[in-house]
Formats: sequence, structure tokens, C-alpha cells
Amino acid sequence: MSDTLIEVSNVSKIYQRGKMDVPVLESLNLTVDQGDFLALMGPSGSGKTTLLNLIGGLDVPTSGSIRIGSENIDQLSQGQLATWRSRNVGFVFQFYNLLPVLTASKNVELPLLLTGLSGKERKKRAQAALSVVGLEDRANHRPAELSGGQEQRVAIARAIVSDPELLVCDEPTGDLDRTTADEILELIQLLNKDYGKTVLMVTHDPKAADHASHSLHLDKGRLIEAQPA
Amino acid sequence: MKFSGLIWAAVYRKPIRSSLTLGSLFVAFLLFGLLHSVSVAFTQGVDFAGVDRLIVAPKYSIIDDIPLNYQRRIAGVDGVELIAYRSWFGGTYQNNKQFFSRWPVPPKEFLDIYPEFIIADEQREAFISTRTGAIVGRDVATAFDLKVGDRMPLIPNIWMNKDNGPWVFDLVGIFDGADESVDTNQMFMSYDFFDEYRTQSQGGVGTFVVRITDPDRTAAIAAEIDAMFANSSDETKTTTEKAYNQMFANQLGDIGFIMTGILSAVFFTILLLTGNTMAQAIRERIPELAILKTVGFSNVTVLILVLCESLLIALLGCIPGLLVASMLMPALSGAVPFFGDVQMTPLIYIQGILLALALGVIVGLPPAVRAMKLNIVDALGEHAA
Repeated sequence: MSDTLIEVSNVSKIYQRGKMDVPVLESLNLTVDQGDFLALMGPSGSGKTTLLNLIGGLDVPTSGSIRIGSENIDQLSQGQLATWRSRNVGFVFQFYNLLPVLTASKNVELPLLLTGLSGKERKKRAQAALSVVGLEDRANHRPAELSGGQEQRVAIARAIVSDPELLVCDEPTGDLDRTTADEILELIQLLNKDYGKTVLMVTHDPKAADHASHSLHLDKGRLIEAQPA
Repeated sequence: MKFSGLIWAAVYRKPIRSSLTLGSLFVAFLLFGLLHSVSVAFTQGVDFAGVDRLIVAPKYSIIDDIPLNYQRRIAGVDGVELIAYRSWFGGTYQNNKQFFSRWPVPPKEFLDIYPEFIIADEQREAFISTRTGAIVGRDVATAFDLKVGDRMPLIPNIWMNKDNGPWVFDLVGIFDGADESVDTNQMFMSYDFFDEYRTQSQGGVGTFVVRITDPDRTAAIAAEIDAMFANSSDETKTTTEKAYNQMFANQLGDIGFIMTGILSAVFFTILLLTGNTMAQAIRERIPELAILKTVGFSNVTVLILVLCESLLIALLGCIPGLLVASMLMPALSGAVPFFGDVQMTPLIYIQGILLALALGVIVGLPPAVRAMKLNIVDALGEHAA
């Protein structure tokens, strides 16, 4: 029996564009078990990134509730949500979003700056995270000195450095060639299987989705299909 | 402190742009240090003037004289304790490498009325008894390596003498100030000798200096003195020494106003320049700031980071600017001797740093607030687009 980590109940999200209301998600319900690797698929504008942002605590629903573990994150203030994100979620984006002025090690350390850890301990943990993604020898390189795949590995190291339960990945291979994309997906799979991370991944790529244990399809803000991978 | 690496990295993100911004701030604070020091040097005599001394001056212009024979009548006014007088000598000494003011005075009365000039008793007596005697302050003695017994030839530029040559005075004493505020960049010589040998305006003095017994009666005594000479050919205007010094300074131009005007123009330009640079720097980093928020940095933390960045830039421009200004002080004193011994006082450093902090806050606050209000989803969406 698996425990439920994510419980999305009757969630709607409506954006305001000028005077117009644009509904993106409509009364969506979803549960994800702890340790799952779930791929969210669907056409552009289907609401998959919006759903990912809501579950990751980057945005708040217009209505409905989202429970992650024991926390109803839709009830949290902006400040509480920031603290919650720093402890519970790791983010991986399509364009890596590393800070170009910092070395790989310093980029990975960023989430740890919000903890009470000493500089030495932060560095040690960043080094450990970089070794998990196979980049311990690139710790002092800046993003401009790394390949796309290496940048994404640094981003993954940053996502796992504070040991969150949940990894949310938004098109993590969208900017990579096939071979590098497969390496990144295998790394994410490893984090899911060997490190027990629950992974939620948005992708357009069916081959990427094959690495997940489940796939869900969204269209026009509704969950239309759920199938075991 | 753990965020310091992040702040430094942000400052040096664009090295050329940062260097130009720091360069402009450096120049602004260099100017601040130089001009403010000159302004302070120019007006410091005003601030330390005695409260129990009045100056009786010509009513209409500092270049007019008033008759010496007013002395007896002024001395008879109730409340007047001591009276002395002085005239502006001008002249040039040696290569004029350091300007110092020169005043013919009645030695005894003048030293009695200015007890803050500290001089050895035998030198005081020599000054009183030597017709060609002169005394100089410690600053002058040090600058020109003078010692008692030296002869000091002064080339006239206002007062020609009957020999149509230089005035030669015998240095009979060197005085110190009772404290650091007393101006020892001065020379005093015997008025009697000066008056006898000048070719014009005999029997005239520049101003009288009057010491009064009761500073609370300043206004009444001043009014009584001026009333005595009203409607004469040499009317007087009597004020406190402080007010007179201020007026004297203002006749040469309101230095404080000029300096403040120049500095205001400089800092207004710097404000716009640095403000624009900071706004641009933050605009470019919106996705990076969004990432900081994504990984858990709160809105307030992001606001503080951007403000610290702005304050750091301001201080990095300010501190070297002030330090270089202080190093240039000796050269400034030499190049513009009229201003005397110009120095960077601790107060000027403090004012400069406070100005830098204010500049940092004013320039940094708008982009900091923008960064604080940044919506993560919108900012990341812009980057993806």
C-alpha cells in the first residue's frame, strides 16, 4: 500500500487577461502516491504547467484545495508558501534557470542559503548533490562553461540538495538532444527509484513519458485520460 | 553574510557597466570631498567666532576705511570693555605657496582682546615694543620654516610704502591657538609702523573689534555705536563677530551656496544615472529573481538583496572617492592658497557615507519593490517565451 502524497481536490484556475476570465483548469481532481513518477501530457494550453505550478506552490488555485503530505498549501500565505517550497519541493525547468554569475556549486547551494547550515556544510551538501548527478568535477564551472545536459544536471542537483520529497519537472528535456534527454530522464528515474523522490513531470514527448510509471493527459483544463505506463 | 556572495556576484554581473557606474559615483564623491572641505575651510572662522566680540565695520563696503579717532568714542559706550582695530594688508610673501592673512593691529590691545592666541610673554612684549615687529601663527611658521629673529619682506599690492619697495617686518613671535579651531594661518604686524609708512589713508582702519562685558546686550550696544556715527561721512555697521565673518565670506561669494549648487547638480545626475542602471540590471535579472523565489527566497529577502546590491554599489563608489579626496587635500591647499589649510574632517566622511547610503536606498528601492512584487509564474513564463 502506497501513501498518498498529493491530493488535488476540485481545483479550478482562472487567469485574468485584461477584462476577460480565461479558465485554465476546471474542477480537477488528482491523487499521486508517494514514490510515483507521473508524466503529465497534453497539447499546449491544456493546463499541465499550470497544474504543475499549483502543486509546486508557485501559484494558488482560484478554487479547490491542494494537499501535499499533511499540508493544505492553498491555505498558506506567500511567505509560508516560500518556506514550504524550500523544504518540500525541487524544481527542474526546461531552460535550466541557473544563475549565470555563480559556479555550479554555488547554484546548487542556493536553496541551502535559507537554512541555518554553515558555509562548510552547505558546500559539502552541494558537492554531494553534484556527485549524485555525476558533475562533482564541474563544481567550479559557471553555466556558460557547461553543455546543456550538464546545465540540466546542475539544475537537478539544485532541486535535490535540500532533500525534498517532491520533484516537479517542467519539460526537463525540451531543450536537449535525444541522447542527452535520455540521460537526463534516466537520472530522474534514478532519483525516483533509488532515492524515493516523487516525480511530477510535464512533457510533450511520449518517449520521455515512457520513463514515468504513470501518464496523465490533460486537454482544455480537464483530465481526460489516465493510463499505466 | 551568507548572501554576500550572491550580492557581489550581482554587482559584477556586467563588469563594464558596473565599472562605469562605480566610476561615476567615485567622481561624484571625490567632488563631494573636495568641494565640501573647501566650503568648511572657508566658513570655519564663522563658526568659532567669539560671542562677546563685536565688529564695527564701514557701513557700505569692506574696502572702505573708518577713522581711527572713532576709537575713543566707541570705548566710551557703556558695556564696552576693550577695543582694538585691524586693517587688511594683502601683499605677497615669497612665492605665495600658502596664503595667509596679514593684519596691522595695535599689538597690546589686539592680544588682550584675542586671548585664544597663545604667545610667550617675552615675545608678546617684543611685539608691543618693536615698531617693525610682527608675529605669525604656527601654521605660517611651519609652512615657511620661520623662526623668531627672521625678517619677513612682503611685496605690497594694496598699501605702497614711502620707500616704494617691500615692507620688511621683524619676526618677534610665533603664536599658537588655544585649541584646534583657532586660525593660526595669520600674521599680525604693528599698526603704528604700517600707518606711518603707508602712502595713503593714514588714520584709517578697516574695522574695530570691541569686547563687551555682557553678551546679552549685543544688540543694544551695536545700535548705540552705529547711532553715534549715523549721518556722518563714515557711517558704521556693528554686528557680532560671527555675523561679520559670515558677511565677509559672502562678499566674496556665497561659497557654501555655490558648493551646494554644484554638488546638487552632480548628485542629481548621478541619481538618474545610477537609478537607470539599477532598473536595467533588475529588468535583465527577472528570471533569476524568479528562480530565487522558486527555491524559497521570500519577497522580503529578495527586496533586501536588491537594496543591499544598490547600497554596496553606492559605498564602493563613495569610499574610494572620499579617500582620494583626502589624499588630494595637500595639493588643493597648495593650488588654491586663499582657502588656507583645507582638510577632510571626520564629519565630512560621515556626511559622505550617509549621502551614499541615502543614494543607495533612493536608487535601489524602486527596483527592489519591483523584485519583491515579482510573480514567479509570470516571470518564468516571460523567460520561457
